[in-house]
Amino acid sequence: MSQADLTMEGHAAGLTTGIPPFSIPAKKMAIWLFIIADAATFAACLVAYGFLRNGAPNWPRPFHSITNVVLMTFILLTSSLTMLFGVRAAKASDIGAAFRWTIITAVGGVIFALLHIREWLALIGEGMTLFHNPWGTGLFGSSFFCITGLHLLHVTGGVIALLAVGVRFKGGRYNADDLEVTGLYWHFVDLVWMFVVPFVYLLNLAH
Amino acid sequence: MVDAPDVQRHEPAARYTDPIRKYIVIYVCILALAAFQFVIAYSHVDTAAMFARMLFVPLAEAGLALMFFMHLWAEKRGFLLFVVIFTGFVMLAMQYGWTDSYRMELGAPYSQPKSGVVQQ
Repeated sequence: MSQADLTMEGHAAGLTTGIPPFSIPAKKMAIWLFIIADAATFAACLVAYGFLRNGAPNWPRPFHSITNVVLMTFILLTSSLTMLFGVRAAKASDIGAAFRWTIITAVGGVIFALLHIREWLALIGEGMTLFHNPWGTGLFGSSFFCITGLHLLHVTGGVIALLAVGVRFKGGRYNADDLEVTGLYWHFVDLVWMFVVPFVYLLNLAH
Repeated sequence: MVDAPDVQRHEPAARYTDPIRKYIVIYVCILALAAFQFVIAYSHVDTAAMFARMLFVPLAEAGLALMFFMHLWAEKRGFLLFVVIFTGFVMLAMQYGWTDSYRMELGAPYSQPKSGVVQQ
Protein backbone atom coordinates (compact mmCIF):
# COMPACT_ATOMS: atom_id res chain seq x y z
CA MET A 1 0.00 0.00 0.00
CA SER A 2 1.41 3.35 -1.02
CA GLN A 3 1.89 6.31 1.28
CA ALA A 4 -0.84 8.17 -0.62
CA ASP A 5 -3.35 5.39 0.04
CA LEU A 6 -2.46 5.38 3.72
CA THR A 7 -2.95 9.13 3.89
CA MET A 8 -6.31 8.92 2.14
CA GLU A 9 -7.51 6.13 4.37
CA GLY A 10 -6.31 7.94 7.46
CA HIS A 11 -8.21 11.01 6.34
CA ALA A 12 -11.39 9.05 5.69
CA ALA A 13 -11.11 7.33 9.05
CA GLY A 14 -10.81 10.74 10.69
CA LEU A 15 -14.07 11.79 9.08
CA THR A 16 -15.94 8.72 10.24
CA THR A 17 -15.06 8.67 13.91
CA GLY A 18 -18.62 9.57 14.72
CA ILE A 19 -17.58 12.40 17.03
CA PRO A 20 -19.71 15.43 16.09
CA PRO A 21 -18.37 18.98 16.32
CA PHE A 22 -18.49 20.35 19.88
CA SER A 23 -19.88 16.90 20.93
CA ILE A 24 -23.33 18.11 19.85
CA PRO A 25 -25.69 15.79 17.92
CA ALA A 26 -26.34 16.78 14.32
CA LYS A 27 -30.00 17.78 14.88
CA LYS A 28 -29.12 20.02 17.79
CA MET A 29 -26.28 21.61 15.85
CA ALA A 30 -28.66 22.23 12.93
CA ILE A 31 -31.24 23.98 15.14
CA TRP A 32 -28.51 26.12 16.72
CA LEU A 33 -27.32 27.18 13.27
CA PHE A 34 -30.94 27.96 12.34
CA ILE A 35 -31.33 29.96 15.56
CA ILE A 36 -28.21 32.01 14.79
CA ALA A 37 -29.46 32.73 11.27
CA ASP A 38 -32.97 33.57 12.50
CA ALA A 39 -31.54 35.82 15.20
CA ALA A 40 -29.76 37.73 12.46
CA THR A 41 -33.06 38.02 10.54
CA PHE A 42 -34.91 39.47 13.54
CA ALA A 43 -31.96 41.71 14.39
CA ALA A 44 -32.02 43.06 10.83
CA CYS A 45 -35.76 43.78 11.15
CA LEU A 46 -35.28 45.57 14.48
CA VAL A 47 -32.30 47.57 13.21
CA ALA A 48 -34.31 48.63 10.14
CA TYR A 49 -37.18 49.58 12.44
CA GLY A 50 -34.82 51.64 14.62
CA PHE A 51 -33.39 53.29 11.52
CA LEU A 52 -36.87 54.35 10.38
CA ARG A 53 -38.00 55.39 13.85
CA ASN A 54 -34.94 57.52 14.32
CA GLY A 55 -35.20 59.15 10.91
CA ALA A 56 -38.96 59.82 10.78
CA PRO A 57 -39.95 63.11 12.38
CA ASN A 58 -43.57 62.22 13.17
CA TRP A 59 -43.24 58.71 14.55
CA PRO A 60 -46.53 57.80 16.28
CA ARG A 61 -46.92 56.51 19.84
CA PRO A 62 -50.26 54.74 19.57
CA PHE A 63 -50.19 52.37 22.57
CA HIS A 64 -52.27 53.60 25.51
CA SER A 65 -52.44 50.37 27.50
CA ILE A 66 -49.86 47.68 28.18
CA THR A 67 -52.29 45.15 29.67
CA ASN A 68 -52.41 43.00 26.57
CA VAL A 69 -48.65 42.99 26.02
CA VAL A 70 -48.02 42.20 29.70
CA LEU A 71 -50.35 39.23 29.43
CA MET A 72 -48.75 38.06 26.18
CA THR A 73 -45.27 38.34 27.70
CA PHE A 74 -46.29 36.43 30.81
CA ILE A 75 -47.84 33.63 28.76
CA LEU A 76 -44.85 33.28 26.45
CA LEU A 77 -42.31 33.31 29.31
CA THR A 78 -44.36 30.74 31.20
CA SER A 79 -44.62 28.56 28.12
CA SER A 80 -40.82 28.54 27.99
CA LEU A 81 -40.76 27.12 31.52
CA THR A 82 -43.36 24.47 30.70
CA MET A 83 -41.32 23.52 27.63
CA LEU A 84 -38.31 23.08 29.87
CA PHE A 85 -40.32 20.80 32.15
CA GLY A 86 -41.41 18.80 29.10
CA VAL A 87 -37.86 18.27 27.85
CA ARG A 88 -36.69 17.42 31.37
CA ALA A 89 -39.44 14.80 31.68
CA ALA A 90 -38.56 13.42 28.25
CA LYS A 91 -34.90 13.08 29.23
CA ALA A 92 -36.05 11.23 32.35
CA SER A 93 -38.08 8.86 30.08
CA ASP A 94 -41.36 10.07 31.60
CA ILE A 95 -43.31 10.03 28.34
CA GLY A 96 -46.70 10.95 29.81
CA ALA A 97 -45.40 14.02 31.66
CA ALA A 98 -43.31 15.11 28.67
CA PHE A 99 -46.37 14.92 26.40
CA ARG A 100 -48.56 16.83 28.90
CA TRP A 101 -46.01 19.65 29.33
CA THR A 102 -45.53 19.87 25.57
CA ILE A 103 -49.27 20.21 25.01
CA ILE A 104 -49.50 22.84 27.78
CA THR A 105 -46.70 24.75 26.01
CA ALA A 106 -48.56 24.54 22.70
CA VAL A 107 -51.76 25.80 24.38
CA GLY A 108 -49.75 28.75 25.74
CA GLY A 109 -48.59 29.47 22.20
CA VAL A 110 -52.17 29.34 20.89
CA ILE A 111 -53.36 31.78 23.59
CA PHE A 112 -50.47 34.10 22.77
CA ALA A 113 -51.34 34.00 19.07
CA LEU A 114 -55.03 34.73 19.78
CA LEU A 115 -54.15 37.71 21.99
CA HIS A 116 -51.82 38.94 19.28
CA ILE A 117 -54.50 38.68 16.60
CA ARG A 118 -56.96 40.48 18.89
CA GLU A 119 -54.49 43.31 19.28
CA TRP A 120 -53.93 43.50 15.52
CA LEU A 121 -57.67 43.66 14.90
CA ALA A 122 -58.02 46.47 17.45
CA LEU A 123 -55.26 48.47 15.73
CA ILE A 124 -56.76 47.81 12.30
CA GLY A 125 -60.11 48.95 13.71
CA GLU A 126 -58.49 52.24 14.72
CA GLY A 127 -57.44 52.78 11.11
CA MET A 128 -53.92 51.35 11.07
CA THR A 129 -52.88 49.51 7.91
CA LEU A 130 -49.55 48.52 6.40
CA PHE A 131 -49.06 51.93 4.78
CA HIS A 132 -51.31 54.31 6.67
CA ASN A 133 -52.35 55.23 10.19
CA PRO A 134 -54.15 58.22 11.67
CA TRP A 135 -51.34 59.20 14.08
CA GLY A 136 -48.21 59.83 12.01
CA THR A 137 -45.89 58.32 9.45
CA GLY A 138 -47.22 55.31 7.58
CA LEU A 139 -43.88 53.56 8.15
CA PHE A 140 -45.04 52.66 11.64
CA GLY A 141 -47.72 50.27 10.40
CA SER A 142 -45.41 48.50 7.97
CA SER A 143 -42.62 48.03 10.51
CA PHE A 144 -45.04 47.02 13.30
CA PHE A 145 -46.92 44.47 11.22
CA CYS A 146 -43.73 43.08 9.65
CA ILE A 147 -41.89 42.53 12.94
CA THR A 148 -44.82 41.27 14.99
CA GLY A 149 -46.11 39.29 11.98
CA LEU A 150 -42.77 37.55 11.55
CA HIS A 151 -42.79 36.69 15.23
CA LEU A 152 -46.38 35.50 15.07
CA LEU A 153 -45.43 33.30 12.12
CA HIS A 154 -42.67 31.77 14.25
CA VAL A 155 -45.09 31.19 17.14
CA THR A 156 -47.57 29.50 14.78
CA GLY A 157 -44.83 27.31 13.32
CA GLY A 158 -43.66 26.51 16.83
CA VAL A 159 -47.14 25.44 17.95
CA ILE A 160 -47.48 23.14 14.92
CA ALA A 161 -44.00 21.70 15.57
CA LEU A 162 -44.77 21.18 19.28
CA LEU A 163 -47.99 19.33 18.49
CA ALA A 164 -46.40 17.20 15.77
CA VAL A 165 -43.29 16.32 17.77
CA GLY A 166 -45.25 15.84 21.01
CA VAL A 167 -47.68 13.37 19.43
CA ARG A 168 -44.90 11.46 17.68
CA PHE A 169 -42.84 11.40 20.87
CA LYS A 170 -45.78 9.89 22.71
CA GLY A 171 -46.20 7.36 19.91
CA GLY A 172 -42.55 6.36 20.17
CA ARG A 173 -41.53 7.63 16.74
CA TYR A 174 -39.48 10.54 18.12
CA ASN A 175 -37.12 10.54 21.07
CA ALA A 176 -36.17 13.02 23.80
CA ASP A 177 -33.50 14.63 21.61
CA ASP A 178 -36.19 15.58 19.06
CA LEU A 179 -38.25 17.20 21.80
CA GLU A 180 -35.16 19.02 23.04
CA VAL A 181 -34.52 20.43 19.56
CA THR A 182 -38.12 21.67 19.33
CA GLY A 183 -37.74 23.14 22.80
CA LEU A 184 -34.66 25.10 21.74
CA TYR A 185 -36.69 26.63 18.92
CA TRP A 186 -39.50 27.53 21.31
CA HIS A 187 -37.08 29.19 23.74
CA PHE A 188 -35.70 31.20 20.84
CA VAL A 189 -39.19 32.44 19.92
CA ASP A 190 -39.55 33.56 23.54
CA LEU A 191 -36.13 35.22 23.43
CA VAL A 192 -37.03 37.27 20.35
CA TRP A 193 -40.19 38.53 22.08
CA MET A 194 -37.99 39.91 24.89
CA PHE A 195 -36.57 42.38 22.33
CA VAL A 196 -39.80 43.05 20.41
CA VAL A 197 -41.67 44.20 23.54
CA PRO A 198 -39.38 47.06 24.61
CA PHE A 199 -38.52 48.35 21.14
CA VAL A 200 -41.83 47.99 19.33
CA TYR A 201 -44.32 48.44 22.18
CA LEU A 202 -42.79 50.17 25.19
CA LEU A 203 -40.83 52.82 23.27
CA ASN A 204 -44.10 53.72 21.51
CA LEU A 205 -46.28 54.19 24.58
CA ALA A 206 -48.45 57.26 24.55
CA HIS A 207 -47.52 59.23 27.67
CA MET B 1 -5.39 -1.10 5.94
CA VAL B 2 -5.24 1.55 8.61
CA ASP B 3 -7.66 0.88 11.42
CA ALA B 4 -10.08 3.62 12.32
CA PRO B 5 -9.39 5.14 15.73
CA ASP B 6 -11.53 3.95 18.57
CA VAL B 7 -14.93 5.54 18.38
CA GLN B 8 -15.83 7.04 21.72
CA ARG B 9 -19.40 7.72 22.64
CA HIS B 10 -19.64 11.47 23.29
CA GLU B 11 -22.74 12.33 25.22
CA PRO B 12 -24.05 15.88 24.92
CA ALA B 13 -22.98 18.17 27.72
CA ALA B 14 -26.48 19.47 28.48
CA ARG B 15 -28.22 16.70 30.39
CA TYR B 16 -31.26 18.47 31.87
CA THR B 17 -30.64 17.02 35.31
CA ASP B 18 -30.59 20.31 37.22
CA PRO B 19 -33.17 20.63 39.99
CA ILE B 20 -36.50 22.20 39.01
CA ARG B 21 -36.00 24.89 41.66
CA LYS B 22 -33.08 26.29 39.66
CA TYR B 23 -35.26 26.70 36.56
CA ILE B 24 -38.02 28.35 38.57
CA VAL B 25 -35.52 30.83 40.06
CA ILE B 26 -34.29 31.70 36.56
CA TYR B 27 -37.91 32.05 35.38
CA VAL B 28 -38.73 34.40 38.26
CA CYS B 29 -35.59 36.46 37.49
CA ILE B 30 -36.65 36.78 33.83
CA LEU B 31 -40.19 37.73 34.87
CA ALA B 32 -38.79 40.36 37.26
CA LEU B 33 -36.61 41.81 34.50
CA ALA B 34 -39.61 41.88 32.15
CA ALA B 35 -41.63 43.68 34.81
CA PHE B 36 -38.75 46.15 35.27
CA GLN B 37 -39.01 46.97 31.56
CA PHE B 38 -42.61 48.04 32.01
CA VAL B 39 -41.59 50.24 34.96
CA ILE B 40 -38.88 51.85 32.81
CA ALA B 41 -41.45 52.52 30.09
CA TYR B 42 -43.40 54.78 32.44
CA SER B 43 -40.36 56.55 33.93
CA HIS B 44 -39.73 60.14 32.93
CA VAL B 45 -36.35 59.95 31.21
CA ASP B 46 -35.28 61.12 27.77
CA THR B 47 -35.53 58.76 24.80
CA ALA B 48 -31.77 58.03 24.65
CA ALA B 49 -31.61 56.98 28.31
CA MET B 50 -34.78 54.94 27.95
CA PHE B 51 -33.41 53.24 24.84
CA ALA B 52 -30.19 52.33 26.68
CA ARG B 53 -32.15 50.81 29.55
CA MET B 54 -34.53 49.09 27.15
CA LEU B 55 -31.52 47.52 25.43
CA PHE B 56 -29.74 46.43 28.60
CA VAL B 57 -32.70 44.70 30.28
CA PRO B 58 -33.66 42.39 27.36
CA LEU B 59 -29.98 41.56 26.89
CA ALA B 60 -29.88 40.37 30.51
CA GLU B 61 -33.14 38.43 29.99
CA ALA B 62 -31.85 36.86 26.79
CA GLY B 63 -28.57 35.96 28.48
CA LEU B 64 -30.40 34.08 31.24
CA ALA B 65 -32.66 32.31 28.74
CA LEU B 66 -29.74 31.36 26.50
CA MET B 67 -27.47 30.12 29.26
CA PHE B 68 -29.98 28.24 31.42
CA PHE B 69 -33.22 27.61 29.51
CA MET B 70 -31.37 26.73 26.31
CA HIS B 71 -28.50 25.17 28.29
CA LEU B 72 -25.78 26.98 26.39
CA TRP B 73 -23.85 27.27 29.66
CA ALA B 74 -23.74 23.48 29.96
CA GLU B 75 -22.44 22.94 26.43
CA LYS B 76 -18.75 22.88 25.51
CA ARG B 77 -17.02 26.21 26.03
CA GLY B 78 -15.94 26.20 22.40
CA PHE B 79 -19.55 26.01 21.26
CA LEU B 80 -20.60 28.78 23.65
CA LEU B 81 -17.84 31.01 22.27
CA PHE B 82 -18.79 30.11 18.70
CA VAL B 83 -22.45 31.09 19.22
CA VAL B 84 -21.74 34.27 21.18
CA ILE B 85 -18.88 35.58 19.05
CA PHE B 86 -20.43 34.71 15.69
CA THR B 87 -23.89 36.08 16.54
CA GLY B 88 -22.42 39.16 18.22
CA PHE B 89 -20.23 39.91 15.21
CA VAL B 90 -23.14 39.62 12.77
CA MET B 91 -25.32 41.89 14.90
CA LEU B 92 -22.61 44.48 15.40
CA ALA B 93 -21.97 44.49 11.66
CA MET B 94 -25.60 45.53 11.14
CA GLN B 95 -25.08 48.79 12.99
CA TYR B 96 -23.24 50.52 10.15
CA GLY B 97 -26.33 52.38 8.93
CA TRP B 98 -27.08 54.53 11.96
CA THR B 99 -25.11 57.52 10.69
CA ASP B 100 -27.36 57.61 7.66
CA SER B 101 -30.41 57.48 9.91
CA TYR B 102 -29.17 60.58 11.74
CA ARG B 103 -28.51 62.22 8.38
CA MET B 104 -32.19 61.74 7.56
CA GLU B 105 -33.10 63.43 10.80
CA LEU B 106 -30.54 66.21 11.01
CA GLY B 107 -29.21 66.64 7.49
CA ALA B 108 -25.76 65.57 6.37
CA PRO B 109 -22.86 67.89 7.13
CA TYR B 110 -22.24 70.30 4.24
CA SER B 111 -25.44 69.12 2.57
CA GLN B 112 -26.71 72.68 2.16
CA PRO B 113 -25.59 74.38 -1.06
CA LYS B 114 -23.12 77.24 -0.55
CA SER B 115 -24.41 80.67 -1.45
CA GLY B 116 -23.61 81.64 -5.03
CA VAL B 117 -22.98 78.04 -6.13
CA VAL B 118 -25.40 76.86 -8.77
CA GLN B 119 -26.38 73.24 -8.33
CA GLN B 120 -26.37 71.19 -11.53
